[in-house]
Amino acid sequence: MCDMYKIVRKEILNPVVKLMDIEAPRVAKSAKPGQFVIIRIYDKGERIPLTIADYDPEKGTVTIVFQEVGKSTKLLGTLNEGDYILDFVGPLGNFMEVPKEARKILGVGGGVGIPALYPKLKMLHQEGYRVEAILGGRSEEYVIFKKEMEAVCDKVYYATDDGTLGKKGFVTDVLKEVLENDKEIDYIITVGPVIMMKNVCKMTKEYNIPTIVSMNPLMVDGTGMCGACRIEVGGETKFVCMDGPIFDGHLVNFDLAMTRLNMFKKQEKVSLELYEQHHGGDHHGR
Amino acid sequence: MAVKDRVPMKEQDPKERRKNFDEVALGYTEEEAILEASRCIQCPKPTCVAGCPVHVRIPEFIKAITKREFEEAYKIIKSTNSLPAVCGRVCPQEEQCEKNCVLNKIGKPIAIGRLERFVADYALQNNIEEEVKPEKKNKKVAIIGGGPAGLTCAGDLLKMGYYVTIFEALHALGGVLTYGIPEFRLPKRIVEAEIERLKKLGAKVETNVVVGRTVTIDQLMEEEGFEAVFVGTGAGLPKLMDIPGKNLNGVYSANEFLTRINLMKAYKFPEYDTPIVVGKRVAVIGGGNVAMDAARSALRLDGVEEVTVVYRRSKEEMPARAEEIEHAIEEGIKFEFLANPIRINGTEDGWVKSMDVIRMELGEPDSSGRRRPIEIPGSEFTIEVDTVIMALGTSPNNLIPSTTKDVEIQKWGGIIADETGKTSKPGVFAGGDAVTGAATVILAMGAGKQAAKAIDEYLRNKK
Ligand SMILES: Cc1cc2nc3c(=O)[nH]c(=O)nc-3n(C[C@H](O)[C@H](O)[C@H](O)COP(=O)(O)OP(=O)(O)OC[C@H]3O[C@@H](n4cnc5c(N)ncnc54)[C@H](O)[C@@H]3O)c2cc1C
Ligand SMILES: Cc1cc2nc3c(=O)[nH]c(=O)nc-3n(C[C@H](O)[C@H](O)[C@H](O)COP(=O)(O)OP(=O)(O)OC[C@H]3O[C@@H](n4cnc5c(N)ncnc54)[C@H](O)[C@@H]3O)c2cc1C
Ligand code: SF4
Ligand code: SF4
Ligand code: FES
Ligand SMILES: [Mg+2]
Repeated sequence: MCDMYKIVRKEILNPVVKLMDIEAPRVAKSAKPGQFVIIRIYDKGERIPLTIADYDPEKGTVTIVFQEVGKSTKLLGTLNEGDYILDFVGPLGNFMEVPKEARKILGVGGGVGIPALYPKLKMLHQEGYRVEAILGGRSEEYVIFKKEMEAVCDKVYYATDDGTLGKKGFVTDVLKEVLENDKEIDYIITVGPVIMMKNVCKMTKEYNIPTIVSMNPLMVDGTGMCGACRIEVGGETKFVCMDGPIFDGHLVNFDLAMTRLNMFKKQEKVSLELYEQHHGGDHHGR
Repeated sequence: MAVKDRVPMKEQDPKERRKNFDEVALGYTEEEAILEASRCIQCPKPTCVAGCPVHVRIPEFIKAITKREFEEAYKIIKSTNSLPAVCGRVCPQEEQCEKNCVLNKIGKPIAIGRLERFVADYALQNNIEEEVKPEKKNKKVAIIGGGPAGLTCAGDLLKMGYYVTIFEALHALGGVLTYGIPEFRLPKRIVEAEIERLKKLGAKVETNVVVGRTVTIDQLMEEEGFEAVFVGTGAGLPKLMDIPGKNLNGVYSANEFLTRINLMKAYKFPEYDTPIVVGKRVAVIGGGNVAMDAARSALRLDGVEEVTVVYRRSKEEMPARAEEIEHAIEEGIKFEFLANPIRINGTEDGWVKSMDVIRMELGEPDSSGRRRPIEIPGSEFTIEVDTVIMALGTSPNNLIPSTTKDVEIQKWGGIIADETGKTSKPGVFAGGDAVTGAATVILAMGAGKQAAKAIDEYLRNKK
């Protein structure tokens, strides 16, 4: 209760995305690729889930990368090296297992899904798999973790909305070309906005390539106690914090997942507006 | 006042209290407590004691009250019950101590719970502490889960001189007392005061540790030097009704609804950041304490006009505490008895719009001794609702058993432990809802006490 979690490094990756290394030795020691943490910034704060983007058991630190979308992530963005976060719990969720016989793995990532995809591809690369990736974003600036990804992938393709990096278009446009040309790819991992994961899965189903996704529903406790995080997979209700966050993408009901993400939209807007009235402007690029 | 009648306890007016989260029952004054206590005829063979799962020495503490020896009364209660301020408020007394009081034969039983609450509140207000200076034993015990079972086990072990660390998954201790039971029934300051006491006794607390994920029991024992472990992880996994529409926006498990409100203080949104949404009409499915708490919490939220409890049996079979049902009725909660939801209907954009319900009738008694509800064919009807809360019970989570070597579980998920709390794994003890399935605070506490004794014995015999 009295222990707090220190921010030991902060980096600004682009105008809306920040990275932090947090001192949390127990989490760093047990973390595995695909798992996440739940943080609560201060005593009136909410519990929000963030993927573990990297971890260093020796230093006892865990890396998080977050996009500022609402009150909690904007508030987090105003904290600096040396500041503390009140609660930081994890690692939560299952970790990822890839079939031994997979020949070539393709990662497809968008937005803050890219750093979430990174530890998975890094581990697969270290285990000797052949790994490639398609990364996408609004423009070059918004495609983060390029260097890290290039270090663990045999090849990285890019897609941006404005064509400033790689192909102009969506990751699925590149995906189509890659799948047409490279018949060795037999396992796909995709992490990003739900709509992107939905479209990727639609395409990979046509090619009959097993695809796993990392779901990001609303959460409260993250320990299986509340059911806020439920989604439907193959017609069955699953709790993402316990049964996931990784699922067979061809079985996920993405439309339901998108609807459920909107459950508190009105309140989230109120919360953000109040926050911005009091902290006008100081959330930009700090 | 006639001996037959109890001294009433002051309560907030139902019209007022349905708009706030402050405590409903206001407690006895000293004079009221003494008056109520003086009704006890001090039975030489007190039947009430046998009805209490931890055998509180009821006539003795009541006698002390009549003599205005409140501190003495507190010590008597504390000798067997570590959380009297909690139990006095939430025990199902009418099923336990008070059910067995001889005065039932001529009138109302002694208000044992209220007296217990009075004494405990007196002790809290006057900072009365038990004096314990045990000889330190150089052994470490880990307590997993900070609910009533874990807190009680920790307290007893600290008083025996062990080093105790409590590992809790959430950011706050208390278990259901903190995240489930609402402020208006059990003020959080009471739970916090009990936790402060434990800390003063020397408890080390590590919140934000999900055992099985952050660290395993095997690691705690093999790498961190804990020689015994008590598992008091409760039964937190909510059951959801498997009907069409169960995942629509606006459908909550009672656990989510209550956790947002109690643990996260969503009723104070936007001062607190965690949101909650409710429509004008709320339906709560279930008939236990959890359903009553969800219904009465919903009623207190802004914008809610009508709350209906939908229960498949009749009022007589409701497992909730009698007092909670009465309070709910006084506050204006509606009841739809002998009715079972079969479908939740949604709007085009995925929100709850209404619920189809079928009438039930009661047939032969089932294994629980209660008459089994049977659907009446063709009796479906629809109720208009915007929010549905499912309070259908919970079961233990399998995270610990699935990540600990050699801990055996029942088919339904409960950890197998004998009456002292011993599990199939040497050095690992368990108790409370994790073993019994969802039960009561006092039973969880009793299990924590038993396990503390068994752990002491185990560690004394272990070289
Ligand atoms: C397993 C998991 C991993 C995630 N990993 C990352 C990550 O690595 N980086 C990142 O930037 N984001 C990640 N997210 C999403 C992140 O949790 C939300 O962006 C964040 O909670 C938004 O909070 P806010 O108050 O800033 O915004 P709000 O204005 O409150 O919300 C904006 C949107 O974020 C989502 N959201 C809000 N509250 C929650 C909540 N309690 N739980 C889940 N989603 C919520 C909703 O869709 C909401 O409409 C992850 C989510 C999950 C479930
Ligand atoms: C809404 C509600 C109302 C109730 N009303 C009453 C009432 O009026 N009277 C009554 O007698 N009983 C009532 N009960 C039942 C009573 O609260 C429980 O029986 C009692 O709390 C069980 O205690 P416990 O210590 O076994 O578990 P819990 O109180 O459930 O505590 C378990 C704790 O363990 C933690 N935990 C779980 N898994 C892990 C893990 N892997 N690692 C670390 N920590 C973990 C949980 O976060 C939790 O804090 C009610 C229950 C609910 C839900
Ligand atoms: S602990 Fe509960 S059952 Fe026992 S005497 Fe007190 S109120 Fe009654
Ligand atoms: S049974 Fe009733 S009257 Fe008798 S000692 Fe117990 S509380 Fe008093
Ligand atoms: S977040 Fe509560 S059960 Fe998953
Ligand atoms: Mg938010």
